[in-house]
Amino acid sequence: MSSALANLRIWIDDRFPMTKMWDDHMAKYYAPKNFNFWYYFGSLALLVLVNQIITGILLTMNYKPGAATAFASVEYIMREVPNGYIIRYLHAVGASAFFIVVYLHMFRGLMYGSYKKPRELIWILGMLIYVCLMAEAFLGYLLPWGNMSLWGGKVIINLFSAIPWIGDDISQWIRGDFSISDTTLNRFFAFHVIAVPLILMVLVVMHILALHEVGSNNPDGVEIKKKKGADGIPLDGIPFHPYYTVKDIFGVGVFMTIFLAVVFFIPDFFGLFIEHDNNVPASHLATPEHIKPLWYFTPFYAILRAVDWKLGGVMVMAASIIVLFFVPWLDRNPIKSIRYRSTLFKINLMTFALVFIVLGYLGMQKPTPVFKMATQVLTIAYFGFFVILFLTSLKEKTKPVPDRVTK
Amino acid sequence: MKRLAILLSLLCSPVMLYASGSNVPLLKVKTDIGDMNSLQRGAKYFVNYCMGCHSLKYSSYGRIAKDLELQEDQVQKDLIVSWEREKRLSSYMTTAMTKKQSEVMLGKAPPDLSLIVKSKSTRWLYTFLKSFYSDPSGDYGVGNALYPTGMGMPHALVGLQGLQEAVFIEKCEGGELVVNAKTKKKECKGGNMASRFSHFKKKTIGPKGSMTASQYDLMVRDLVTFLEYVSEPAKLERQRIGVWVMLFMILFTAMAYLLKKEYWRDVH
Amino acid sequence: MNDEGVDLKRRRFLTASTSVVGAVGAGAATLMMINYMTISEKDKAQGAPIEVDISKLPPGKLLVVEWRNKPVWIMKRTPDVIKAIEAVDDDKLRDPNSEVAEQQPDYAKNKYRSKTKDMMVVIGLCTHLGCSPREEQAGGDLGADWPGGYLCACHGSTFDYAGRVYKHVPAPTNLVVPNHRFTDNNAKVIIGGVVKKEKKGAAS
Repeated sequence: MSSALANLRIWIDDRFPMTKMWDDHMAKYYAPKNFNFWYYFGSLALLVLVNQIITGILLTMNYKPGAATAFASVEYIMREVPNGYIIRYLHAVGASAFFIVVYLHMFRGLMYGSYKKPRELIWILGMLIYVCLMAEAFLGYLLPWGNMSLWGGKVIINLFSAIPWIGDDISQWIRGDFSISDTTLNRFFAFHVIAVPLILMVLVVMHILALHEVGSNNPDGVEIKKKKGADGIPLDGIPFHPYYTVKDIFGVGVFMTIFLAVVFFIPDFFGLFIEHDNNVPASHLATPEHIKPLWYFTPFYAILRAVDWKLGGVMVMAASIIVLFFVPWLDRNPIKSIRYRSTLFKINLMTFALVFIVLGYLGMQKPTPVFKMATQVLTIAYFGFFVILFLTSLKEKTKPVPDRVTK
Repeated sequence: MKRLAILLSLLCSPVMLYASGSNVPLLKVKTDIGDMNSLQRGAKYFVNYCMGCHSLKYSSYGRIAKDLELQEDQVQKDLIVSWEREKRLSSYMTTAMTKKQSEVMLGKAPPDLSLIVKSKSTRWLYTFLKSFYSDPSGDYGVGNALYPTGMGMPHALVGLQGLQEAVFIEKCEGGELVVNAKTKKKECKGGNMASRFSHFKKKTIGPKGSMTASQYDLMVRDLVTFLEYVSEPAKLERQRIGVWVMLFMILFTAMAYLLKKEYWRDVH
Repeated sequence: MNDEGVDLKRRRFLTASTSVVGAVGAGAATLMMINYMTISEKDKAQGAPIEVDISKLPPGKLLVVEWRNKPVWIMKRTPDVIKAIEAVDDDKLRDPNSEVAEQQPDYAKNKYRSKTKDMMVVIGLCTHLGCSPREEQAGGDLGADWPGGYLCACHGSTFDYAGRVYKHVPAPTNLVVPNHRFTDNNAKVIIGGVVKKEKKGAAS
């Protein structure tokens, strides 16, 4: 039996690099041994992606794109399809979980300088994934055809109308109609279920391949490849399999426990994951009292609202995302990990995280004068992070970096 | 887990205390979608008092019969109105009026209430049903404290509750109430004087309702309970499965932890 | 790294038991998803019995009604048709007396494949791959010895007027008789309803 299996493996290996791929990416991929809590979120992002794809495929079997059918088909899934409500909640909560995981994953990168040479491309690929994810989430949000889907969609598409001269034509071209309609819903469906996911998957593969080419960073920001043993294996490296597979399985357990608790007990998460107003069918005549995007977009939505000039607001918002692509070059300090950097950097980064969260909160609130002022101040603070980073990172008072990773 | 959920929802509840668009505090209501009697009564009330105008178009009689533990003849007797005898268990709880007809008759099609509890909340609905008052200037002679600008709906339960009378008070909003030194009159400095709902009078006006106040509260609670169930018929099942899922995930995570610890003995 | 003092037994046990528990979870999730793809409550309701008024159906005319997206043939047989059924040689048929239990309820387990010999109720789908056969009268393209019956144009299966399948054709069994009952002095027929063989009703 086992020799038959071994023969089969040889047969395949002669024709396809199966064992080689396994070794390159799992059994002989040496990862630093000092990964901490923050290093769970990469594998968790992959898990959520798989969840979204599987539940998404199942949902398409019963979802009917079309202004007359979409809302009712979602209710059909919720009420009449066996286990339909579980699949739908897994997908809806999964979308929010995706952003939670990805935001923590990105924050990890910022803390430990995972974007620095030689990992700039990993960061850029990751940013592209993030942008794709935002597009995917936005497209998917229109599909239930609730009233927030409709009005949120209107607002976001109208962002394009801020472009001078051709803006109105562009937003009409995106919609395929004078306003968001059946046509828009159908094309968003096409983009959501196949176009963007395909790009997303290719980017995810590239992200991982790029990572495995240069090797993982770690909380100390030390290149483990610089200190190799006699056997050519990094002294501080351990094979990804089995050590990080078992560790990530544990991480999956903890994550899934929390995730499924939300899915089964508070799937709408108090209106944050599924908004109350989205339980009202889309209506072009009745605007929800308070239009806001889902929580993961609200920091950028707040930035958009901070500027009293349509084109300016859109440009500032776009800039707030684009600037992240340039972090590898804005941060000019060669030291990677936050552990060995200056207090100024630590304060700067923590403030940035806080600003992002508070902006997210403000983006959900009604734009009262006080809140609007706060939003404007925080928008400046948001960009301030990058400015301070660029100006101070070269002259930072850093601590000595150890040769090897610490415990 | 359920307790945690309740705790979390309590923590987040201050946002829900007031209905948006009005200053009426939402009343507390304890609903239990596991209480079959309450659900059955609520279903009956809904059919008798609401379904003339409001549909539950995503719910079939059969599903409701199954979930509410009703027999087929009970459904025929209690839930299907006499002029719609052709309806079967597989029929959906639609109204006889078409959208066009109701738009002509009522000005606006009454909304389908399948998801009302999800789009609002049980507390909102409970408060709403208790907040009708006499307003000769309003549509159908009634107003609702949750809709200060009117909502175009009659008080369908007036025969049970009787007609309440609302007390309004003048409030200075966005400013400060000061006494003008010259005129000795109170003025709202920097804001607007607005007439705001304060409370309902104890006694109803006009013909008395057939129910006492506490009977009416219970009846409204049953109605809200039924609509809470309708907003997500699988809710109880979901929570029941959820408990097992949680137990399983805790077991799996504990084992995964032991496994991880065992392998990581190697790493120094 | 240090491999000394590894308790291989414990390690193997933990690996195996975690894998088993994980597999149970994956299995439950898979079952949940398989169940998702089974027939929904709404479709079940739409598969409910239907009532057909046959009081005005003239003898000899074939009435086709749709039940569960399948054509159901209803016909009041004329004496000529009954004669044609009786004239068919049992040796030419696979199952002349309707012995294959899945193809009809017990009350149609006879050579007429019906409750009474003058009333036909069958699902008009060939038991080979589910095409709908059509009537082919005697003396047509099927040669001089064809006594009349039904021909499936897809793959050439032939049935007599009772829906019994001939030998030497691809279809393995007789046409399916759905569960049915007559009400109001035979003015109406109700097709469908609870019968334990119902699941096998699909012909293909």
